[in-house]
Amino acid sequence: MMRQKLLAAAVAITCAGWPLTALGDDADGHMLAQACAGCHGADWGGQGPISDLRGYDHEAFLRAWAEFQADERPATIMNRIARGYSEAEIAALADYFSSLE
Amino acid sequence: MTRFLTRRQFGTLVSASAATLAMPGILRAENTGRLLIIGGGFGGASAARFARINYPDVSVTLVEPQTSFVTCPYGNLILGGKRALSDITHSYDGLRARGVDVIHDRAQEIDADGHRVTLASGDVLDYDKLILSPGIGLRWNAIEGYDEAASEVFPHAWWGGDGSQISLLRAQLEALPEGGVVGLAIPDNPFRCPPGPYERISMIAHHLKQANPTAKILAFDAKEGFAKQGLFENAWAELYGDMIEWIPASGDGRIMRVDPGNKLFISEFGEEHSVDMGNVIPPQYAASIARDAGLANDSGWVPVDPRTFEAEAASDIHVIGDANIGTPMPKSGYIANSTAKTAVTAALAEMSGRPAWDDPVYFNTCYSHAGEDYGISVAATFRLSEDGIAATPDSGGVSLQGDLSEMARTRRLEARYADAWYDSITDDMFS
Repeated sequence: MMRQKLLAAAVAITCAGWPLTALGDDADGHMLAQACAGCHGADWGGQGPISDLRGYDHEAFLRAWAEFQADERPATIMNRIARGYSEAEIAALADYFSSLE
Repeated sequence: MTRFLTRRQFGTLVSASAATLAMPGILRAENTGRLLIIGGGFGGASAARFARINYPDVSVTLVEPQTSFVTCPYGNLILGGKRALSDITHSYDGLRARGVDVIHDRAQEIDADGHRVTLASGDVLDYDKLILSPGIGLRWNAIEGYDEAASEVFPHAWWGGDGSQISLLRAQLEALPEGGVVGLAIPDNPFRCPPGPYERISMIAHHLKQANPTAKILAFDAKEGFAKQGLFENAWAELYGDMIEWIPASGDGRIMRVDPGNKLFISEFGEEHSVDMGNVIPPQYAASIARDAGLANDSGWVPVDPRTFEAEAASDIHVIGDANIGTPMPKSGYIANSTAKTAVTAALAEMSGRPAWDDPVYFNTCYSHAGEDYGISVAATFRLSEDGIAATPDSGGVSLQGDLSEMARTRRLEARYADAWYDSITDDMFS
Protein backbone atom coordinates (compact mmCIF):
# COMPACT_ATOMS: atom_id res chain seq x y z
CA MET A 1 0.00 0.00 0.00
CA MET A 2 2.70 2.39 1.11
CA ARG A 3 4.80 1.21 -1.78
CA GLN A 4 2.03 1.90 -4.27
CA LYS A 5 1.54 5.39 -2.94
CA LEU A 6 5.24 6.09 -3.14
CA LEU A 7 5.38 4.79 -6.66
CA ALA A 8 2.46 6.99 -7.66
CA ALA A 9 4.22 9.98 -6.13
CA ALA A 10 7.37 9.10 -8.02
CA VAL A 11 5.48 8.96 -11.29
CA ALA A 12 3.74 12.26 -10.60
CA ILE A 13 7.02 14.02 -9.87
CA THR A 14 8.56 12.49 -12.96
CA CYS A 15 5.78 13.75 -15.16
CA ALA A 16 5.82 17.22 -13.64
CA GLY A 17 9.49 17.57 -14.47
CA TRP A 18 9.25 16.10 -17.91
CA PRO A 19 5.98 16.87 -19.67
CA LEU A 20 4.76 13.98 -21.75
CA THR A 21 3.67 16.40 -24.46
CA ALA A 22 7.28 17.12 -25.32
CA LEU A 23 8.30 13.50 -25.56
CA GLY A 24 6.31 12.72 -28.67
CA ASP A 25 7.48 15.73 -30.62
CA ASP A 26 10.37 15.99 -33.04
CA ALA A 27 12.65 17.58 -30.46
CA ASP A 28 12.89 17.19 -26.71
CA GLY A 29 11.92 20.55 -25.23
CA HIS A 30 12.72 19.56 -21.68
CA MET A 31 16.27 18.59 -22.57
CA LEU A 32 16.82 21.54 -24.92
CA ALA A 33 15.63 23.87 -22.16
CA GLN A 34 18.30 22.58 -19.80
CA ALA A 35 20.88 24.75 -21.54
CA CYS A 36 18.82 27.90 -20.91
CA ALA A 37 18.94 27.32 -17.14
CA GLY A 38 22.60 28.31 -17.09
CA CYS A 39 21.66 31.98 -17.55
CA HIS A 40 17.88 32.30 -17.22
CA GLY A 41 17.78 30.80 -13.72
CA ALA A 42 17.98 27.20 -12.57
CA ASP A 43 14.18 26.94 -12.84
CA TRP A 44 14.01 29.36 -15.80
CA GLY A 45 12.51 32.03 -13.56
CA GLY A 46 14.91 34.75 -14.68
CA GLN A 47 18.10 36.02 -13.05
CA GLY A 48 18.94 39.69 -12.54
CA PRO A 49 18.52 41.38 -15.92
CA ILE A 50 17.90 38.07 -17.72
CA SER A 51 14.30 37.30 -18.57
CA ASP A 52 11.88 34.88 -16.93
CA LEU A 53 10.98 32.13 -19.42
CA ARG A 54 8.19 30.46 -17.45
CA GLY A 55 4.80 30.76 -19.06
CA TYR A 56 6.26 32.61 -22.05
CA ASP A 57 3.48 33.08 -24.62
CA HIS A 58 4.00 30.55 -27.40
CA GLU A 59 3.62 32.97 -30.32
CA ALA A 60 5.64 35.70 -28.62
CA PHE A 61 8.45 33.23 -28.00
CA LEU A 62 8.57 32.19 -31.66
CA ARG A 63 8.47 35.83 -32.77
CA ALA A 64 11.24 36.87 -30.38
CA TRP A 65 13.40 33.97 -31.50
CA ALA A 66 12.95 34.81 -35.19
CA GLU A 67 13.84 38.44 -34.48
CA PHE A 68 16.97 37.39 -32.62
CA GLN A 69 17.98 35.18 -35.54
CA ALA A 70 17.52 38.05 -37.99
CA ASP A 71 19.26 40.64 -35.79
CA GLU A 72 15.97 42.56 -35.65
CA ARG A 73 15.82 42.59 -31.87
CA PRO A 74 18.33 44.26 -29.54
CA ALA A 75 20.74 41.60 -28.30
CA THR A 76 24.26 41.02 -27.06
CA ILE A 77 24.30 37.23 -27.23
CA MET A 78 20.82 35.79 -27.88
CA ASN A 79 21.16 36.63 -31.59
CA ARG A 80 24.26 34.42 -31.81
CA ILE A 81 22.64 31.67 -29.76
CA ALA A 82 19.29 31.77 -31.59
CA ARG A 83 20.95 30.97 -34.91
CA GLY A 84 22.19 27.66 -33.48
CA TYR A 85 18.77 25.98 -33.31
CA SER A 86 16.47 24.33 -35.86
CA GLU A 87 12.79 25.14 -36.35
CA ALA A 88 11.70 21.92 -34.66
CA GLU A 89 13.92 22.69 -31.68
CA ILE A 90 12.63 26.24 -31.38
CA ALA A 91 9.04 24.96 -31.51
CA ALA A 92 9.82 22.42 -28.80
CA LEU A 93 11.29 25.18 -26.64
CA ALA A 94 8.20 27.35 -27.19
CA ASP A 95 5.99 24.39 -26.21
CA TYR A 96 8.04 23.76 -23.12
CA PHE A 97 8.33 27.29 -21.78
CA SER A 98 4.71 28.17 -22.50
CA SER A 99 3.70 25.08 -20.49
CA LEU A 100 5.69 26.09 -17.39
CA GLU A 101 4.04 28.02 -14.60
CA MET B 1 25.61 2.93 10.53
CA THR B 2 29.00 2.84 8.83
CA ARG B 3 29.90 3.89 5.35
CA PHE B 4 30.49 0.25 4.54
CA LEU B 5 26.79 -0.06 4.16
CA THR B 6 26.21 -0.07 0.44
CA ARG B 7 23.54 1.99 -1.23
CA ARG B 8 21.55 -1.15 -1.87
CA GLN B 9 21.58 -2.14 1.77
CA PHE B 10 20.72 1.37 2.83
CA GLY B 11 17.81 1.46 0.40
CA THR B 12 16.49 -1.85 1.68
CA LEU B 13 16.65 -0.66 5.26
CA VAL B 14 14.73 2.52 4.75
CA SER B 15 12.51 1.89 1.75
CA ALA B 16 9.58 0.59 3.75
CA SER B 17 10.04 3.12 6.49
CA ALA B 18 7.78 6.10 6.92
CA ALA B 19 10.83 7.99 8.13
CA THR B 20 11.86 8.40 4.50
CA LEU B 21 8.77 10.46 3.84
CA ALA B 22 9.61 12.79 6.67
CA MET B 23 12.83 13.79 4.97
CA PRO B 24 12.08 16.65 2.61
CA GLY B 25 12.80 15.96 -1.01
CA ILE B 26 13.81 12.38 -0.45
CA LEU B 27 11.92 9.63 -2.16
CA ARG B 28 13.55 6.28 -1.86
CA ALA B 29 10.48 4.18 -2.43
CA GLU B 30 11.90 2.01 -5.14
CA ASN B 31 15.60 2.20 -5.62
CA THR B 32 15.52 1.14 -9.21
CA GLY B 33 19.17 2.01 -9.49
CA ARG B 34 22.23 3.44 -7.84
CA LEU B 35 23.84 6.39 -9.53
CA LEU B 36 27.26 7.21 -8.13
CA ILE B 37 28.86 10.52 -9.04
CA ILE B 38 32.53 11.21 -8.41
CA GLY B 39 33.44 14.89 -8.31
CA GLY B 40 31.23 17.72 -7.08
CA GLY B 41 32.15 20.46 -9.52
CA PHE B 42 30.41 21.85 -12.59
CA GLY B 43 29.88 18.39 -14.08
CA GLY B 44 29.20 16.32 -10.98
CA ALA B 45 27.04 18.75 -9.02
CA SER B 46 24.96 19.51 -12.13
CA ALA B 47 24.51 15.78 -12.72
CA ALA B 48 23.45 15.19 -9.11
CA ARG B 49 20.86 17.97 -9.10
CA PHE B 50 19.48 17.00 -12.50
CA ALA B 51 19.26 13.32 -11.57
CA ARG B 52 17.59 14.06 -8.24
CA ILE B 53 14.90 16.24 -9.89
CA ASN B 54 14.19 14.11 -12.91
CA TYR B 55 14.78 10.56 -11.63
CA PRO B 56 13.31 10.51 -8.13
CA ASP B 57 13.36 6.72 -8.00
CA VAL B 58 17.12 6.44 -8.49
CA SER B 59 19.45 6.81 -5.52
CA VAL B 60 22.12 9.46 -6.07
CA THR B 61 25.42 9.49 -4.18
CA LEU B 62 28.05 12.20 -4.70
CA VAL B 63 31.65 11.73 -3.59
CA GLU B 64 33.70 14.91 -3.26
CA PRO B 65 36.69 15.53 -0.99
CA GLN B 66 36.09 19.25 -0.43
CA THR B 67 33.33 20.13 2.04
CA SER B 68 32.53 23.25 0.04
CA PHE B 69 33.21 24.09 -3.59
CA VAL B 70 35.32 27.03 -4.75
CA THR B 71 34.58 27.77 -8.40
CA CYS B 72 37.35 28.46 -10.89
CA PRO B 73 35.01 30.80 -12.79
CA TYR B 74 34.98 34.17 -11.04
CA GLY B 75 38.24 33.31 -9.26
CA ASN B 76 39.89 35.92 -11.47
CA LEU B 77 37.53 38.52 -10.05
CA ILE B 78 39.17 37.99 -6.67
CA LEU B 79 42.42 39.14 -8.29
CA GLY B 80 40.60 42.18 -9.67
CA GLY B 81 39.24 43.00 -6.20
CA LYS B 82 35.67 42.54 -7.40
CA ARG B 83 34.83 39.40 -5.40
CA ALA B 84 35.82 37.78 -2.09
CA LEU B 85 36.54 34.08 -1.68
CA SER B 86 33.25 33.64 0.18
CA ASP B 87 31.39 34.91 -2.92
CA ILE B 88 32.64 31.97 -4.99
CA THR B 89 32.38 29.27 -2.31
CA HIS B 90 29.34 27.01 -2.43
CA SER B 91 27.82 24.60 0.07
CA TYR B 92 26.60 21.08 -0.70
CA ASP B 93 23.66 21.51 1.69
CA GLY B 94 21.26 22.29 -1.17
CA LEU B 95 22.04 18.97 -2.84
CA ARG B 96 21.69 17.19 0.50
CA ALA B 97 18.27 18.80 1.00
CA ARG B 98 17.25 17.38 -2.38
CA GLY B 99 18.17 13.89 -1.21
CA VAL B 100 21.64 13.52 -2.70
CA ASP B 101 23.83 11.46 -0.38
CA VAL B 102 26.95 13.66 -0.30
CA ILE B 103 30.05 11.89 1.00
CA HIS B 104 33.15 14.01 1.63
CA ASP B 105 35.92 11.59 0.84
CA ARG B 106 38.35 11.00 -2.00
CA ALA B 107 37.54 8.31 -4.55
CA GLN B 108 40.71 6.25 -4.68
CA GLU B 109 40.11 3.37 -7.03
CA ILE B 110 37.50 2.28 -9.55
CA ASP B 111 36.79 -1.39 -10.11
CA ALA B 112 34.97 -1.12 -13.43
CA ASP B 113 34.22 -4.85 -13.73
CA GLY B 114 32.97 -5.08 -10.15
CA HIS B 115 31.04 -1.79 -10.40
CA ARG B 116 32.64 -0.65 -7.18
CA VAL B 117 34.59 2.39 -5.99
CA THR B 118 36.98 2.39 -3.04
CA LEU B 119 37.33 5.63 -1.10
CA ALA B 120 40.41 6.93 0.71
CA SER B 121 38.78 6.03 4.03
CA GLY B 122 38.61 2.41 2.86
CA ASP B 123 34.85 2.48 2.43
CA VAL B 124 33.51 0.79 -0.68
CA LEU B 125 30.54 1.99 -2.74
CA ASP B 126 28.69 -0.19 -5.23
CA TYR B 127 27.06 1.40 -8.26
CA ASP B 128 24.94 0.52 -11.23
CA LYS B 129 26.08 3.59 -13.19
CA LEU B 130 29.01 5.85 -12.49
CA ILE B 131 29.27 9.48 -13.55
CA LEU B 132 32.92 10.44 -13.32
CA SER B 133 33.58 14.18 -13.29
CA PRO B 134 37.00 14.40 -11.68
CA GLY B 135 38.35 17.50 -13.40
CA ILE B 136 41.98 17.98 -14.29
CA GLY B 137 45.33 16.92 -12.98
CA LEU B 138 48.30 19.25 -13.29
CA ARG B 139 51.34 17.81 -15.05
CA TRP B 140 53.93 18.55 -12.42
CA ASN B 141 57.45 18.93 -13.86
CA ALA B 142 56.16 19.17 -17.44
CA ILE B 143 57.64 22.62 -17.02
CA GLU B 144 61.00 21.79 -15.47
CA GLY B 145 61.10 22.83 -11.84
CA TYR B 146 57.36 23.33 -11.54
CA ASP B 147 56.18 20.87 -8.91
CA GLU B 148 53.73 21.12 -6.05
CA ALA B 149 56.29 22.88 -3.84
CA ALA B 150 56.98 25.42 -6.59
CA SER B 151 53.26 26.20 -6.73
CA GLU B 152 53.60 27.74 -3.27
CA VAL B 153 55.94 30.33 -4.81
CA PHE B 154 54.44 30.56 -8.30
CA PRO B 155 50.76 29.67 -7.71
CA HIS B 156 48.82 28.04 -10.53
CA ALA B 157 45.38 28.89 -9.11
CA TRP B 158 43.94 26.60 -11.79
CA TRP B 159 41.79 24.51 -9.57
CA GLY B 160 39.47 25.80 -6.88
CA GLY B 161 40.43 23.40 -4.11
CA ASP B 162 40.17 25.11 -0.75
CA GLY B 163 40.72 28.54 -2.29
CA SER B 164 44.30 28.78 -1.04
CA GLN B 165 45.88 29.08 -4.50
CA ILE B 166 43.77 32.01 -5.69
CA SER B 167 44.15 33.65 -2.27
CA LEU B 168 47.94 33.32 -2.49
CA LEU B 169 47.97 34.89 -5.94
CA ARG B 170 45.87 37.79 -4.67
CA ALA B 171 48.17 38.28 -1.66
CA GLN B 172 51.24 38.35 -3.94
CA LEU B 173 49.55 40.90 -6.16
CA GLU B 174 48.87 43.15 -3.19
CA ALA B 175 52.50 42.81 -2.07
CA LEU B 176 53.97 43.50 -5.52
CA PRO B 177 56.70 46.20 -5.32
CA GLU B 178 55.96 49.44 -7.08
CA GLY B 179 56.61 49.02 -10.79
CA GLY B 180 57.10 45.26 -10.32
CA VAL B 181 56.78 42.56 -12.97
CA VAL B 182 54.01 39.92 -12.97
CA GLY B 183 54.84 36.89 -15.12
CA LEU B 184 52.31 34.40 -16.43
CA ALA B 185 53.10 31.10 -18.12
CA ILE B 186 50.18 29.88 -20.24
CA PRO B 187 49.97 26.36 -21.69
CA ASP B 188 49.26 24.98 -25.13
CA ASN B 189 45.84 23.47 -25.95
CA PRO B 190 43.95 21.59 -24.68
CA PHE B 191 43.54 22.95 -21.18
CA ARG B 192 40.80 23.94 -18.74
CA CYS B 193 38.97 27.19 -19.54
CA PRO B 194 40.53 28.51 -22.78
CA PRO B 195 39.74 32.22 -22.14
CA GLY B 196 40.63 31.95 -18.44
CA PRO B 197 44.29 33.05 -18.60
CA TYR B 198 43.35 36.15 -20.58
CA GLU B 199 40.57 37.13 -18.21
CA ARG B 200 43.16 36.65 -15.47
CA ILE B 201 45.60 39.00 -17.23
CA SER B 202 42.76 41.53 -17.50
CA MET B 203 41.77 41.30 -13.84
CA ILE B 204 45.40 41.57 -12.69
CA ALA B 205 45.73 44.67 -14.85
CA HIS B 206 42.46 46.02 -13.46
CA HIS B 207 43.90 45.79 -9.95
CA LEU B 208 47.32 47.19 -10.89
CA LYS B 209 45.87 50.11 -12.82
CA GLN B 210 44.57 51.46 -9.51
CA ALA B 211 47.09 50.09 -7.00
CA ASN B 212 50.37 49.96 -8.89
CA PRO B 213 50.05 51.69 -12.27
CA THR B 214 53.72 51.43 -13.27
CA ALA B 215 53.75 47.63 -12.86
CA LYS B 216 54.12 45.35 -15.91
CA ILE B 217 52.47 42.10 -16.93
CA LEU B 218 54.47 39.68 -19.09
CA ALA B 219 52.23 36.91 -20.41
CA PHE B 220 54.29 34.07 -21.89
CA ASP B 221 52.18 31.78 -24.04
CA ALA B 222 52.93 28.37 -25.54
CA LYS B 223 50.40 29.15 -28.31
CA GLU B 224 50.11 31.47 -31.28
CA GLY B 225 46.60 32.63 -30.53
CA PHE B 226 43.83 32.37 -27.96
CA ALA B 227 40.11 32.53 -27.27
CA LYS B 228 38.40 35.90 -27.88
CA GLN B 229 41.84 37.28 -28.77
CA GLY B 230 40.66 40.30 -30.76
CA LEU B 231 38.27 41.34 -28.02
CA PHE B 232 40.83 40.91 -25.25
CA GLU B 233 43.60 42.74 -27.10
CA ASN B 234 41.23 45.57 -27.89
CA ALA B 235 40.21 45.79 -24.23
CA TRP B 236 43.82 45.75 -23.05
CA ALA B 237 44.74 48.61 -25.36
CA GLU B 238 41.65 50.59 -24.37
CA LEU B 239 41.88 50.06 -20.63
CA TYR B 240 45.47 49.36 -19.69
CA GLY B 241 47.72 51.15 -22.20
CA ASP B 242 51.08 49.35 -22.45
CA MET B 243 50.89 47.54 -19.11
CA ILE B 244 50.36 44.12 -20.74
CA GLU B 245 52.78 42.38 -23.05
CA TRP B 246 51.57 39.10 -24.54
CA ILE B 247 54.37 36.94 -25.97
CA PRO B 248 53.30 34.12 -28.33
CA ALA B 249 55.27 30.89 -28.88
CA SER B 250 56.82 32.32 -32.03
CA GLY B 251 58.13 35.22 -29.95
CA ASP B 252 59.82 32.77 -27.56
CA GLY B 253 56.79 32.69 -25.29
CA ARG B 254 57.01 29.01 -24.39
CA ILE B 255 58.29 28.66 -20.82
CA MET B 256 60.32 25.45 -20.44
CA ARG B 257 61.73 25.84 -16.94
CA VAL B 258 61.06 27.86 -13.82
CA ASP B 259 63.39 28.70 -10.94
CA PRO B 260 61.14 29.68 -8.03
CA GLY B 261 64.10 30.37 -5.71
CA ASN B 262 65.44 33.08 -8.01
CA LYS B 263 62.00 34.05 -9.40
CA LEU B 264 62.96 33.18 -12.97
CA PHE B 265 60.98 32.00 -16.01
CA ILE B 266 63.26 30.37 -18.62
CA SER B 267 62.05 30.25 -22.22
CA GLU B 268 62.45 27.73 -25.02
CA PHE B 269 65.47 29.63 -26.38
CA GLY B 270 67.05 29.88 -22.93
CA GLU B 271 66.12 33.47 -22.19
CA GLU B 272 65.90 34.14 -18.45
CA HIS B 273 63.07 36.42 -17.41
CA SER B 274 63.16 37.84 -13.92
CA VAL B 275 59.72 38.35 -12.35
CA ASP B 276 58.57 39.69 -9.00
CA MET B 277 55.71 37.21 -8.91
CA GLY B 278 54.64 34.46 -11.26
CA ASN B 279 51.45 32.61 -12.14
CA VAL B 280 52.29 29.30 -13.81
CA ILE B 281 49.38 27.52 -15.46
CA PRO B 282 50.96 24.18 -16.26
CA PRO B 283 49.97 21.63 -18.91
CA GLN B 284 47.13 19.37 -17.76
CA TYR B 285 45.52 15.98 -18.19
CA ALA B 286 42.53 14.13 -16.75
CA ALA B 287 42.58 13.81 -12.95
CA SER B 288 44.46 10.76 -11.65
CA ILE B 289 41.38 8.68 -10.75
CA ALA B 290 40.44 8.53 -14.45
CA ARG B 291 43.99 7.79 -15.63
CA ASP B 292 44.59 5.19 -12.92
CA ALA B 293 41.38 3.39 -13.95
CA GLY B 294 42.80 3.03 -17.46
CA LEU B 295 40.17 5.28 -18.99
CA ALA B 296 42.54 7.81 -20.60
CA ASN B 297 44.46 7.37 -23.84
CA ASP B 298 48.04 8.47 -24.57
CA SER B 299 46.95 12.11 -24.55
CA GLY B 300 46.10 11.83 -20.86
CA TRP B 301 42.43 12.65 -21.53
CA VAL B 302 39.48 10.24 -21.67
CA PRO B 303 37.92 9.22 -25.02
CA VAL B 304 34.13 8.96 -24.70
CA ASP B 305 31.08 8.22 -26.82
CA PRO B 306 29.92 11.69 -27.87
CA ARG B 307 26.25 10.74 -27.42
CA THR B 308 26.39 9.12 -23.98
CA PHE B 309 29.81 10.13 -22.59
CA GLU B 310 30.39 6.51 -21.70
CA ALA B 311 34.13 5.89 -21.59
CA GLU B 312 35.43 3.96 -24.57
CA ALA B 313 37.48 1.81 -22.19
CA ALA B 314 34.75 0.80 -19.71
CA SER B 315 31.00 0.32 -19.76
CA ASP B 316 28.70 2.01 -17.23
CA ILE B 317 31.24 4.77 -16.55
CA HIS B 318 30.27 8.13 -18.06
CA VAL B 319 33.06 10.68 -18.01
CA ILE B 320 32.05 14.34 -18.17
CA GLY B 321 33.65 17.72 -17.68
CA ASP B 322 37.22 18.73 -18.34
CA ALA B 323 38.59 15.16 -18.07
CA ASN B 324 37.09 13.93 -21.33
CA ILE B 325 37.91 14.50 -24.98
CA GLY B 326 35.00 16.55 -26.27
CA THR B 327 36.74 18.37 -29.09
CA PRO B 328 35.79 20.87 -30.49
CA MET B 329 33.88 21.71 -27.31
CA PRO B 330 35.91 23.74 -24.84
CA LYS B 331 36.78 22.47 -21.38
CA SER B 332 34.37 24.88 -19.71
CA GLY B 333 32.00 24.86 -16.77
CA TYR B 334 29.02 25.38 -19.05
CA ILE B 335 29.93 22.40 -21.23
CA ALA B 336 30.37 20.29 -18.09
CA ASN B 337 26.90 21.38 -16.93
CA SER B 338 25.32 20.82 -20.35
CA THR B 339 26.87 17.42 -21.02
CA ALA B 340 26.24 16.26 -17.44
CA LYS B 341 22.52 16.26 -18.09
CA THR B 342 22.83 14.34 -21.35
CA ALA B 343 25.13 11.82 -19.69
CA VAL B 344 22.60 11.26 -16.90
CA THR B 345 19.80 10.55 -19.38
CA ALA B 346 22.06 8.06 -21.15
CA ALA B 347 23.26 6.38 -17.96
CA LEU B 348 19.76 5.99 -16.54
CA ALA B 349 17.84 5.22 -19.75
CA GLU B 350 17.76 1.49 -19.25
CA MET B 351 16.87 1.43 -15.57
CA SER B 352 14.38 4.31 -15.70
CA GLY B 353 12.68 3.40 -18.95
CA ARG B 354 12.98 6.98 -20.07
CA PRO B 355 14.89 7.26 -23.34
CA ALA B 356 18.28 8.89 -23.56
CA TRP B 357 18.46 12.18 -25.45
CA ASP B 358 19.53 10.79 -28.79
CA ASP B 359 19.89 14.03 -30.76
CA PRO B 360 21.57 16.18 -28.12
CA VAL B 361 22.51 19.82 -28.47
CA TYR B 362 25.44 20.74 -26.24
CA PHE B 363 25.62 24.34 -25.19
CA ASN B 364 28.40 26.69 -24.24
CA THR B 365 28.74 30.32 -23.30
CA CYS B 366 31.94 31.67 -21.78
CA TYR B 367 31.81 35.18 -20.39
CA SER B 368 34.97 37.04 -19.41
CA HIS B 369 35.45 40.27 -17.50
CA ALA B 370 38.08 42.40 -19.19
CA GLY B 371 37.64 45.39 -16.86
CA GLU B 372 35.05 47.38 -14.94
CA ASP B 373 31.66 47.07 -16.68
CA TYR B 374 33.46 45.36 -19.53
CA GLY B 375 32.11 41.90 -20.36
CA ILE B 376 32.79 39.86 -23.49
CA SER B 377 31.54 36.44 -24.51
CA VAL B 378 31.74 33.51 -26.86
CA ALA B 379 28.81 31.18 -27.44
CA ALA B 380 28.24 27.97 -29.41
CA THR B 381 25.97 24.99 -29.78
CA PHE B 382 27.40 21.60 -30.66
CA ARG B 383 25.82 18.53 -32.22
CA LEU B 384 26.75 15.00 -33.12
CA SER B 385 28.49 14.71 -36.45
CA GLU B 386 29.83 11.86 -38.57
CA ASP B 387 33.18 11.90 -36.82
CA GLY B 388 32.12 12.98 -33.33
CA ILE B 389 30.99 16.44 -32.36
CA ALA B 390 30.78 19.62 -34.44
CA ALA B 391 29.84 23.23 -33.79
CA THR B 392 26.54 24.25 -35.41
CA PRO B 393 27.46 26.26 -38.52
CA ASP B 394 26.49 29.91 -39.01
CA SER B 395 25.78 30.49 -35.35
CA GLY B 396 27.47 31.37 -32.10
CA GLY B 397 30.73 33.27 -32.09
CA VAL B 398 32.08 36.19 -30.10
CA SER B 399 30.78 39.59 -29.01
CA LEU B 400 30.76 42.37 -31.58
CA GLN B 401 34.13 44.03 -32.06
CA GLY B 402 34.34 47.80 -31.90
CA ASP B 403 35.72 50.75 -29.99
CA LEU B 404 34.59 51.27 -26.44
CA SER B 405 33.06 54.62 -27.39
CA GLU B 406 30.50 52.74 -29.48
CA MET B 407 30.34 49.51 -27.52
CA ALA B 408 30.17 50.73 -23.90
CA ARG B 409 26.54 49.71 -23.44
CA THR B 410 27.09 46.24 -24.91
CA ARG B 411 30.17 45.67 -22.74
CA ARG B 412 28.32 46.83 -19.64
CA LEU B 413 25.33 44.61 -20.40
CA GLU B 414 27.55 41.60 -20.98
CA ALA B 415 29.24 42.19 -17.63
CA ARG B 416 25.80 42.14 -15.96
CA TYR B 417 24.81 39.03 -17.94
CA ALA B 418 28.05 37.36 -16.88
CA ASP B 419 27.13 37.94 -13.23
CA ALA B 420 23.65 36.51 -13.86
CA TRP B 421 25.23 33.50 -15.60
CA TYR B 422 27.34 32.85 -12.54
CA ASP B 423 24.36 33.02 -10.19
CA SER B 424 22.19 30.86 -12.45
CA ILE B 425 24.66 28.11 -13.19
CA THR B 426 25.77 27.77 -9.58
CA ASP B 427 22.08 27.52 -8.62
CA ASP B 428 21.73 24.84 -11.29
CA MET B 429 24.51 22.95 -9.51
CA PHE B 430 23.87 23.53 -5.83
CA SER B 431 20.31 24.76 -5.14
